[in-house]
Amino acid sequence: MAKKIRVLVAKPGLDGHDRGARVIARALRDAGMEVVYTGLHQTPEQIVEAAIQEDVDIVGLSVLSGAHMTLFPRICQLLKENGADDIMVMGGGTIPEADVMALKEGGFAAEVFTPGTTIETIVEWINANAKVQ
Amino acid sequence: MNEIKTARDKWLTAKSKKKNRDINFETVSGLPVEDLYTPEDIKNLDYMKDIGFPGDYPYTRGVQSNMYRGRLWTMRQFAGFGTAEESNLRYKYLLGKGQTGLSVAFDMPTIMGYDSDHPRSLGEVGRVGVAIDSLEDMETLFNGIPLDKVSTSMTTNAPASILWCLYIATGEKQGVASEQLTGTIQNDILKEYIAQKSWIFPPEPSMRLITNIFEYAAKHVPKWNTVSISGYHIREAGSTAVQELAFTLADGFAYIEAGIEAGLNVDDFAPRLSYFFNSHIDFFEEIAKYRAARRIWARRMKEKYGAKNPKSWLLRFHTQTAGCSLTAQQPENNIARTAYEALAAVLGGTQSLHTNSMDEVLALPTEKAAQIALRTQQILAYETGVANVIDPLAGSYYVEALTNKMEEEAEKYFAEIERRGGVLAAIDQNFFQQEIADAAYHYQRAIDKKKRIQVGVNEFIDPNEELEIELLIIDPEIERKQVEKVGKLRRDRNNLLVGDTLDALRQAAQGTENMIPFILECVKAYATEGEIIQTLREVFGEYKEKPTF
Repeated sequence: MAKKIRVLVAKPGLDGHDRGARVIARALRDAGMEVVYTGLHQTPEQIVEAAIQEDVDIVGLSVLSGAHMTLFPRICQLLKENGADDIMVMGGGTIPEADVMALKEGGFAAEVFTPGTTIETIVEWINANAKVQ
Repeated sequence: MNEIKTARDKWLTAKSKKKNRDINFETVSGLPVEDLYTPEDIKNLDYMKDIGFPGDYPYTRGVQSNMYRGRLWTMRQFAGFGTAEESNLRYKYLLGKGQTGLSVAFDMPTIMGYDSDHPRSLGEVGRVGVAIDSLEDMETLFNGIPLDKVSTSMTTNAPASILWCLYIATGEKQGVASEQLTGTIQNDILKEYIAQKSWIFPPEPSMRLITNIFEYAAKHVPKWNTVSISGYHIREAGSTAVQELAFTLADGFAYIEAGIEAGLNVDDFAPRLSYFFNSHIDFFEEIAKYRAARRIWARRMKEKYGAKNPKSWLLRFHTQTAGCSLTAQQPENNIARTAYEALAAVLGGTQSLHTNSMDEVLALPTEKAAQIALRTQQILAYETGVANVIDPLAGSYYVEALTNKMEEEAEKYFAEIERRGGVLAAIDQNFFQQEIADAAYHYQRAIDKKKRIQVGVNEFIDPNEELEIELLIIDPEIERKQVEKVGKLRRDRNNLLVGDTLDALRQAAQGTENMIPFILECVKAYATEGEIIQTLREVFGEYKEKPTF
């Protein structure tokens, strides 16, 4: 049997909007993945620690507060420092197109899904791109 | 009635040969919608008891006898970004365009009780609202705006007591006595645990801060709305209209019970409680929701809580059109969505209204988008004529039947909440959070599977769409400037006095005294919001949620 994809869904920063994160977490679980949800108001340090402890393949970050350009690079840097940069980072939230490009080009997110994306699109993308250890 | 029933059956037979569109006929909340409504559907309704006249119990038709014929609703656009200086300019711009009240959006660090120079604030300063660290910022925010002339609504919950004290102190500096101040603090901590998730302290000390505010306001700030009990965020988190109605009113009852338990007379604080609802896209369901809310509140306040003052029976509310109904695709369509939602709010009898800007799903609004949103309200108020007649949909078989249905469904939730031991117990059991998460999931599934049409998202898509609207960019310089400013404040103020006022607050918090006068002393000494919160955090601890999905 193929190993299941393990995903950490995380809410970094201070914003409390977790509707999207919860919907995605549940949808990924329903699609057969193993999902851990960190809960709200997580620091980059807490998220990276959880990702390593839970031995996940992907970290999905949901940000609505506009702090994505600070938080994504910080989390990627911490993953690298901890020798865990094989964990793929993806994101979602209210993120302007220009920032989506910057995050992808800077190597801070493999993909960013903005409002209006269907659950199927995200599931298909993960199935096609996840490097399951 | 029999005649109508017979005629209806005959009509049904004739109609059964016709084909319906292949969709589920139901409200956005999933309540079934019949093909037709007749007097039969409201046969048990008693006009005087259930509907009555505007300004009369049970206020189904509105809280004032003359409604918008006397005065239009307050056009209160939510705004704030960057520093106090920039937001001050936006407020003056909006007041200059004919807006009649202010509504302050704070940034995440301010909402969560961190100063701009706290490590957790990194990247968040001034992003989703204005950064306020101390009285210095508050004075700047309202510089040149007379607080005895303008009413201000402030969206703050966990640190509401502090921001309120900052406002009172700013008024004092302007020479405006606290008795003259008008406005609202959201101050609805229960919905934070349920939906918005911007909490700091655990529920019990949070409720104590709120009853302290009730007591202080009754004596010193009598025209202030002390809690804006907010369904808005419950809906934005994904609830149905029924859940929004039921959970919000249940929170309202919990504040009433807390005030009574703290030894206050219900009529001394209930008239200053107001509500804040969402206006989603299902036109009639929203109108029915507001009408049901007024009726439920009036009945409970009079019959269960024994309120004698008719002002305690009135459910006054602000409405915001539904941010969650807007789409990132073809964002200009959001202008039309917002207009319909605003119309529902007005037909539902709202006292004040915020219309969302078309670009809010992408970033904070630009000046242009904010102006179109305000103009949408002005067109509604001055051109369409809908403000000329009070509650024009009363007596509509559908609207009355739906109003009854909403009330009935809300009552089922009240019974369930009571069975679980009340609102705080139900929060602890994750009841609300789970109900809302389920509803959000089902809504998203319905859109993904095209069981519900969203124009531009799953139907009428433009495959070559390119975003043509301009977005507001927040300059990262703002954060650096604000961090510098709070650093300078810490160097320049009387730090001995700051320490003394914080110590006095700590002692009050450890005891049972009303904490508001102590917070007021702290802010006047230019203690920062973060310092005051930290003092209280050391006494009260922090709330931790159980993350589930």
